[in-house]
Amino acid sequence: MAEMTLAKALNASLRRSLAHDDRVLIMGEDIGTLGGVFRVTDGLKKEFGGDRVMDMPLAESGILGMAVGLAFKGFRPVVEIQFDGFIYPAFDQIVTQVAKLHYRTRGNVRMPITIRVPFGGGIGAVEHHSESPEAYFAHTAGLRVVTCSTPQDAHTMLQQAIRCDDPVLFFEPKRRYWTKGEVDEDAIDRDDVLPMGSARVVVPGSDVTLVTYGPLVATAIDAAAAAAAESGGGDADAVSIEVIDLRSLAPVDVDTVVASVAKTGRLVIAHEAQRTGGIGADLAAELTDRCFYHLEAAPQRVTGFDIPYPASRHEEHFLPDLDRILDAVDRTMGRRPALYAGAVL
Amino acid sequence: MPSSLSESRESRPRASAPHDRPVQLLDPSGRRVPHAPYDDYVADVSGDQLASLYEDLVIVRRLDVEATALQRQGELGLWPPLLGQEAAQVGSARVLRPDDFVFSSYRENAVAYCRGVKLTEMLNVWRGTALSGWNPYEVGMATPAIVIGTQALHAMGYAVGAKLDGEDSVAVAYFGDGATTQGDVNEAMVFAASFRAPVIFFCQNNQWAISEPVTLQAQRPIADRAPGFGIPSVRVDGNDVLAVMAVTRRAVEQAREGGGPTFIEAITYRMGPHTTSDDPSRYVDPLEREEWAGRDPLARVEAHLREAGVLDDALAASIARRADEAAAEFRAGCTEQTDPPPLAMFDHVYAEPHRGIDEQRRQFGEYLESFEEEN
Repeated sequence: MAEMTLAKALNASLRRSLAHDDRVLIMGEDIGTLGGVFRVTDGLKKEFGGDRVMDMPLAESGILGMAVGLAFKGFRPVVEIQFDGFIYPAFDQIVTQVAKLHYRTRGNVRMPITIRVPFGGGIGAVEHHSESPEAYFAHTAGLRVVTCSTPQDAHTMLQQAIRCDDPVLFFEPKRRYWTKGEVDEDAIDRDDVLPMGSARVVVPGSDVTLVTYGPLVATAIDAAAAAAAESGGGDADAVSIEVIDLRSLAPVDVDTVVASVAKTGRLVIAHEAQRTGGIGADLAAELTDRCFYHLEAAPQRVTGFDIPYPASRHEEHFLPDLDRILDAVDRTMGRRPALYAGAVL
Repeated sequence: MPSSLSESRESRPRASAPHDRPVQLLDPSGRRVPHAPYDDYVADVSGDQLASLYEDLVIVRRLDVEATALQRQGELGLWPPLLGQEAAQVGSARVLRPDDFVFSSYRENAVAYCRGVKLTEMLNVWRGTALSGWNPYEVGMATPAIVIGTQALHAMGYAVGAKLDGEDSVAVAYFGDGATTQGDVNEAMVFAASFRAPVIFFCQNNQWAISEPVTLQAQRPIADRAPGFGIPSVRVDGNDVLAVMAVTRRAVEQAREGGGPTFIEAITYRMGPHTTSDDPSRYVDPLEREEWAGRDPLARVEAHLREAGVLDDALAASIARRADEAAAEFRAGCTEQTDPPPLAMFDHVYAEPHRGIDEQRRQFGEYLESFEEEN
């Protein structure tokens, strides 16, 4: 076990992947000599050479299209998109080609492409540098979408993504790049390692299920601790929150969430992305279907607002924080009025 | 100053600029025209070999006519005719080795024929029984791209992969004049030049992107763009199978030897509609079409071979018979196709098990079974 930052864990994971399989190629803008703008690919070009770790011309559609051709030739490209807001020029290649070629060719051609995307806000960046576009890709058949929240998951899940024969969107919570944690670098070889498509119960609890992923997992853990410690009105005020890190956004491990909600009877979903058409909307519908008779209150969503990601002096209001999450928890507990209280017409 | 944007478009010339004479080895009357250095690249093509190319041209035209008939009879949902473009496709595809790889658009059915795609497998996309017909790895040809231009990037990427693997195979991207406007084709050229990729960009300038003339896409010969990316280019008479073969051989030879990409603009003409759903009488000048009919890719080879004494009525009849046999096989391969079972639509979405798809397949399977129980 070694303590390392999430960014460093990703770097170590890429190094292992390059060493594990010589068909793995790393591609992206500024990822070679510079080591990436977040230094996630630091030192890899020096170690594996420019044919394995390739600096790309500045065209995202070109990079993904080239990755498609390389996958046709039997390579396993790992593409870095520099920032979340830069993925849209590559959107056509990803949803029209990468996602559908296996289906289109009736399983004859595989697209084992991993697309790494630093995503989310909280670093005070300018426009196009703080977006959460994961729902676009979760909506697209043929893609897998995952995100990590800890250095250990970063390390194991990225290797799992690269070894997966399907294309994987790998969303990295950029404001947590510098979060430190223990990493068992051999975890991927263990039989009990969690599969990439599984959700993880981070904090056990009995009153409310709080589901989130990526950058908000740390916030959710803080919220659970704060709710447990709440003692304004005596012990009766403490709320036991079960925190679930979804990890996989497509497919969603609904069974793990169902098991939790069947136990707690309450569901809160938090994500940074805009509310409409988001992962939370889909999860709320699915859980309402599958846990209708267990639910004590309507599922609540705590999300970014349906506005473009705002200027950085606004982002503390845009991003779900501990207080907004606890507010939603209180509403499921009946301690605050429902958002849409009043007569149902 | 033009009074409107549309007028300024209308006033432009409708044919490619004539100043750069395309490579031509057989003129429309079938006369052999010398053109150095390309003569050297076809010096080994004997009369019999040219007759074999002629047979290809006859067969792919016959198949194309048959497919159009199948569409009119309701057996195919749609068909994109290649009438007029036979020489550009056959002349280039016949140059390639089995280990080369083609990334094409949807009109390259003659290329598919030359790559050895089974006739039945060429049709199931258009019949709607599958999204693709053949296994790309069995014939060295990707399934056709319908979003135009995207395949130029895939060819470039494949070529980079071949180079990384130390092979001397090449990748060929086929696309039309309309596709050259797309960012993807331009990005592919930037990348190909940067990585010195062994890729051939083969543009069939058939003068039309559905109803839009090439002048709406390009104000200069399309081949002029490539040198700006650091890629040599050549314009060729796309209705001259021998010239197309010569320029493609040269480009392929250079790519195999590490010389990087070449851009070929084959100047040809789409004699029919864009697809069987299209009505070119709305936008094509009949006189222009008539002019191009005089440059037919089959007629000139036939005239040349008859003049050379290679082709006589007996050989022509036997080629026609083989074309009819191919057409009959084509038709049978179409009409004998059966619809795939409903649950097969869930196959191959993912390479590895996927809980979401598995669950939806199970639910829909149970739903379908519920009807069987009722009966």
